This record gives sequence, structure tokens and C-alpha cells, in this order.
Amino acid sequence: MAELGRAALIVTFGLSVYALVGGAAAAALGRRRLALSARNALIASFFSTLVAALVLVAGFLRDDFSLAYVAGHSSRALPFAYKLSAFWGGQEGSLLLWLLVLTGYAALAVWFARKRARDLVVWVTPVLAGIAVGFGWLLVAVSSPFDTIPTPADGNGLNPSLQNPYMVAHPVLLYLGYVGLAVPFAFAMGALLSGRTDERWIVTTRRWTIVAWTALGVGQLLGAHWAYQEVGWGGYYAWDPVENAALMPWLAATAYLHSVMIQEKRGMLRVWNVTLVSLAFCLSLFGTFLTRSGVVSSIHSFTQSAIGPWFLGFIVVAVVFSVTMIWLRLPQLRTTARLESLVSREATFLYNNLLLVALCLTILWGTAWPIVSEAVRGEAVVVGRPYFDFFLRIFGLPLLLLMGIGPLVAWRRASLRGLTRIFAWPAAVALATGVALIAVGAGSSVPGLIAYTFSAFVLATIVVEFARGTAARRALTGESVPTAFSRLVGRNRRRYGGYVVHASVVLLAIGVVGSSAYDSVVEGKLARGQSLSVGGYTLTYRNLTEKDAANATEIRAVLGVRRGGDSLGTIQAGKNAYSVEQQVSNEVGIRSDKLTGEDLFVIAEQVNDDGTVFFRIFVKPLINLIWLAGIVFVLGSVITLWPDAREERRLATRYATAGERRERSATT
Amino acid sequence: MSPWLLLGAALAVAGVVVVALPFLREPMPESDELHELDATERARLDAEETRDRALASLKELEADHRAGRITDEDYRAVVNILRRDAAEALRELDRVRGAAPEGTRAESANSA
Repeated sequence: MAELGRAALIVTFGLSVYALVGGAAAAALGRRRLALSARNALIASFFSTLVAALVLVAGFLRDDFSLAYVAGHSSRALPFAYKLSAFWGGQEGSLLLWLLVLTGYAALAVWFARKRARDLVVWVTPVLAGIAVGFGWLLVAVSSPFDTIPTPADGNGLNPSLQNPYMVAHPVLLYLGYVGLAVPFAFAMGALLSGRTDERWIVTTRRWTIVAWTALGVGQLLGAHWAYQEVGWGGYYAWDPVENAALMPWLAATAYLHSVMIQEKRGMLRVWNVTLVSLAFCLSLFGTFLTRSGVVSSIHSFTQSAIGPWFLGFIVVAVVFSVTMIWLRLPQLRTTARLESLVSREATFLYNNLLLVALCLTILWGTAWPIVSEAVRGEAVVVGRPYFDFFLRIFGLPLLLLMGIGPLVAWRRASLRGLTRIFAWPAAVALATGVALIAVGAGSSVPGLIAYTFSAFVLATIVVEFARGTAARRALTGESVPTAFSRLVGRNRRRYGGYVVHASVVLLAIGVVGSSAYDSVVEGKLARGQSLSVGGYTLTYRNLTEKDAANATEIRAVLGVRRGGDSLGTIQAGKNAYSVEQQVSNEVGIRSDKLTGEDLFVIAEQVNDDGTVFFRIFVKPLINLIWLAGIVFVLGSVITLWPDAREERRLATRYATAGERRERSATT
Repeated sequence: MSPWLLLGAALAVAGVVVVALPFLREPMPESDELHELDATERARLDAEETRDRALASLKELEADHRAGRITDEDYRAVVNILRRDAAEALRELDRVRGAAPEGTRAESANSA
């Protein structure tokens, strides 16, 4: 079966090379059939990659340990779901997933854009094919998942940290995000290559960008939840290089999603927008490089290999190509529109962009510093958490505030009187929240207090916005409140979907601040019957249990939990000893309070032979709002993404007429 | 030769067929030139984008004013600029359509 997998990858590589060379030639020489042929090759490359992926899946499900990759990442005892997720548990499978998602996105993007942006697609095809060639080459020549070995009796198993339900979805979503950013990048480059710098590349890729951005955001949240449950250090985000690798392109894409609105409304920031799209894509390549190369030490980097130089070359090509194209097309990208006032919506969006990019670049600098310092001084110096936390506060808090201000300020210019009227209620709510928080003792953390005050301000602006919009619609149409509300959202999906996304970011901020600035921790070695108290809870160590699961021995310390004299039942924390993998994992105990959003989090750091256990116990207020934010984020994205029939008709008419005319003139 | 390798070869053949399809369907086309937007069509697209942008801005301003998000003072300061922009955009679109060939003019008018 390995032969079929290898052949399918060679076919993908061949089709991609053809789509790159043939597509570039067709675009440069203006050859119609060659352009169609190149497009077909790109679409076909998805199906051949799918065959390769299915062969690998079959290898895992059939325990075909003659495949070195399957033997290295699976075992007979591995549960079914983890045999599927073992697909991306190592480098070769991850690269194959990258290529599968890329060719899938490419096939769908060029197919759906074939009418609206036909002349652009001709140039987009070789760009997407070029990316596929890079990954195809790695899989065919450098790091194949179909290398064979003499069949062992059993495989080595999967890294225990990856044997978690979140690992079934988290990498896929992350890759849907990373790779999805290739679509707006390819269309931006296609627009620059063809010299058609009108808005079609933006309109055509709007949904693809939001899909990728949403997937990347949700993927990160799932990854954070995985780290929270599985890594067992008591947190969910450690500014680890691989975590940062996913955050950076997401920040760049967030900046782009805001700045592109200024281009759509005012025709401004055209250079900035193609720069941001290029930055987001190059950062997604950099993220894959960090994860896969093992160049920096990370708890999330499960493989180390020699593909680093290839990837670095790939990133250099992407950066040089983007910069060159933007430079060459600068005259066409210039615009006559100017910022009329520093107090206007476009100005606040610009401030938002500058802060997002500044945050992104400072994270990049901190993440790359070990590589830079090793290259310069011969010693890798790792930047610690204080560096990242400092810049998150410096840039993140103003960003939070701007999230409330930006959407309500008028385009072009706004008067002081207007601002006072719009922000009177939200400012009053924020002030009252701040005073109330100081009264209950939240002033122990100044950044926390500021963040909560700003969060109250943003939430108030969102509530006022929905209320104002609904009231205005009711006054105009006489509809009932629910009807007016739903039609208001339905007819302004991007605007109100955006508000819902903003609300999710506020929930995230509240959760992050609550769980980091106001958490409590206690640790100690307990014998049976002894207790520890923290954050109003008292935990009493009762006993140890041990049982054999399918692929591991599970050791658990059982603790009784009391709060304010009430028994809240028991909580268990311990270790899993994986027999095949010969590894031990931490299995934390978490008790969530659904009403307050608080978690009691127990780590059994060390289980001793005499039955004593060293525990570390956290109380994390409001942490569950972080996970709730994920659900609200998806809801907001879905509202934004939901097609607006009137808008679609208008765009289809605007962009299709030229294409239809061309088609007719070709046939007559 | 293993059946898997044969399947791989079949996949390669299928790939070649899919790639060759445009040439097989039209072995001797009247024209193989890529039909690109001419200068008039590009100007029309630009003008339509500008018109849509101007009209959308005006519509948003009206909605914001109605909802009380914008004061009368701010509304008055901007509405005339937006109306002027919209009028200019419509004039430019008419001018471009006037320069377009007869067939394309009718279709463009329908799209407005």
C-alpha cells in the first residue's frame, strides 16, 4: 500500500509543478486552454493528495507497521480516535495534512472564483501551486510518510500528551487557519502580478480569510484547553514559541480584517492591506517552521528534523516575492484618499492596526530571540514570560479600549459633542464597574482593574449598539422587538457579527485576567487524612487508586473537597503510565463551578512509594469564560460569514458581466 | 508489479487526462487567447466600485444618524461630502459607460 501513497504524492507534486509552470506561462502568454489546464491540475492535486492521506489513514487503522511513520506513532492498543489523530502526531503526517488542506483550499478557491475573478484566477493558480510545490517536494524527497521498514510486532505508540480528545481537533483547526491564509495571500499576489489592484481580490477572499481566521482562533483556544488539561502546569498559555507561532498570524490577520474595511469604505490603505496579508501568510509559514524544525525548544514541538533549512528557504522566497511584488506595484496601489481627522473611525481602526502589528512584532522578536542570539552570540537566550506579559499589557489594554471606541465613531470625522453623547452611558458603566471592583478588593492588580473597567466599557457599547439599532428599526418599521432585532442583525451581518466577536474577546480578556491576576495557589506533601486550604476550598487527601485502562495504568489520588462547611464531593488527580510508550503523563483534576466560572485545579506532582503525594492546587476565578469566549467567537464568525443574498447579487452582477461578455466573445 | 503500484499508475493517468481535458475538448479552437478585461471594462469596474463605496457610505451614515449614533452636527458635516462623492461616482460611471461598446453598456446599466 505504501507504493500507492508514494505514487499519489508524486502525482500531486507533478500536478503542482505543472500548475506552477503551466499556469505562469498561460498568464504571461495569455493562453486560455493552458490556463484552464493549469487550473485543472491544481484541482486534481487535491484528489491525489486525498488518496495519499487515505492510504496513511488506512495504514493506521490496519496497524500496518511496515510503514515507518505508523510504527513510530501508533500501536495496536491505541484507541481508534487516537489512531486517526496519530496521522498528524508526527512531522510527515503534519506536512501531509498541510498539503491536503492547502490543495483543498486551493481547489475550492479557484473553483468558486472562476467567474467573479476569472482573470485573477489565472495568476492565482501558479501562486497556490508554488506553495503546493514546496510542501510536495518536502513530502516526496525529504520527509515521506510512506517510508517502509521491516514490520515490527507492534508500534512505538503515540506520545501520551497527544492522547487527548482535543488533539483530534486542535491540529486540524490550526492547519485550517495557517493554510487558509494562503488563499488571501495568493489572491493578493495574483492581483499584484496581473496589475488588477481593484477590490476583487478582497471581495473574493473575504470569506476565506474569515474562515481561516476563525479556525486559527478556535484552534488556539482548543490548544490552550489541551495545555490546561494535559500539560499539567496549571496554566493554558505559556508564551511557548509554538503557541506564539499560531498567535502571530492570527494577530496579523485580525489587523487585516479591520484595515480592509477602510479600503472598502474609503479606498485607503491598499499597500498596508497587501502587506498585512503577506505578513500573515509568511508568519503562518514561520509558525510551521518553528513547530516542525525543532529549532527552538518547545513543549509542543514533538519532532525534530532536518527540514528546517528547506522551510527557511521557503520563507525567504515568500518574503522576497511578496516584498518585490508590492514594491513593483506601488504606483498602482497608491490612493488619493487621505485621513481627514485623527478622531474618526478610520483613524481608530488605524490605531488598532498599529497596536496589533506592534504586539505581533514584539512577540515575533521575543520568539525569534533564541535563534537570533544563538546566531550572533553562539548561545540561545530564551525570553521569559515577563517580556511577553509586559507587551501584552502595553498593547493589549489600549486595544481592548479601542474595541469599544472604534465601531461607534463616525467615518471621516467626529465632533467632541458627538463623542460625548455616544460614549456617555458606556463610560458611566465603566466608571461604576471600576469603583465597584475597587470596593470589593480587585485593586490588588492594577492591570486587572484597568482591563475589567475597559471590558465593562466595551460590553456597554455593544449592548447600547444593539439597543439603538433595534430601537431605530422599530421606529422605522413598527416591528416587534425580536423581529426588529433579528432583522437588524440579519441585514448587517458583518457589523453585528463583528460586535459578537468583540464580545467574545471581552469574555476572553475577563477570563484571562481573572485566572492570572486574581488566582490563588497552594502546594504541599500530604499523607492520607491531611488537608490543604486555598481560595475558600479545603481539600483532604483520602486515598490512592490504581486501574488498568486500554493502553495505560491510571494512578489517582482522591481528595475530598469542602467549601464553607459544605461537602462538594471528591476530585481526582494523578498519573497515567503508558506501557507501550514507556512514558508517564500528569492527569490533573479539575472541578468547574458553572455559576461563577471558577475552577479548582489539582496537580498530583509526585506520587511517592509510601503513599504520600505532593499536590499543587490552584483556584482560578472566571477561567471558564475563556472557553465560553470560544463559543461566542464562533457564533460571531458564523453571523459574519453567513451569506447576504442582496450583497451577493450585487457583487455577482458587478463582477460577472465582464466575464460573461468575454465568454460570449470567445464563442462568437 | 503490485496492485497498489498499478493503482498509482492509474492515478497518474487520470491526472494527465484531467490536465489534458481543455486541449482534448477544443483541439482546434478559433482563438486560444486569454480574454482579459480591456481598459474600458477595467474603468467600469473601478467606477462601479467607487459608486458602491459612495452609496454604501451614504446609506451607513443615514442609518447611523437615524439610530442616534451620529449627532446632527456630525451628520451635517459629512453628508454633503458623501452626496458629492456619490454624485461624482455616478457621473464617472455614466461617462465610462458612454465610452463602452453598445452591448456592454446595456449590461452595465442593468447591473446598476
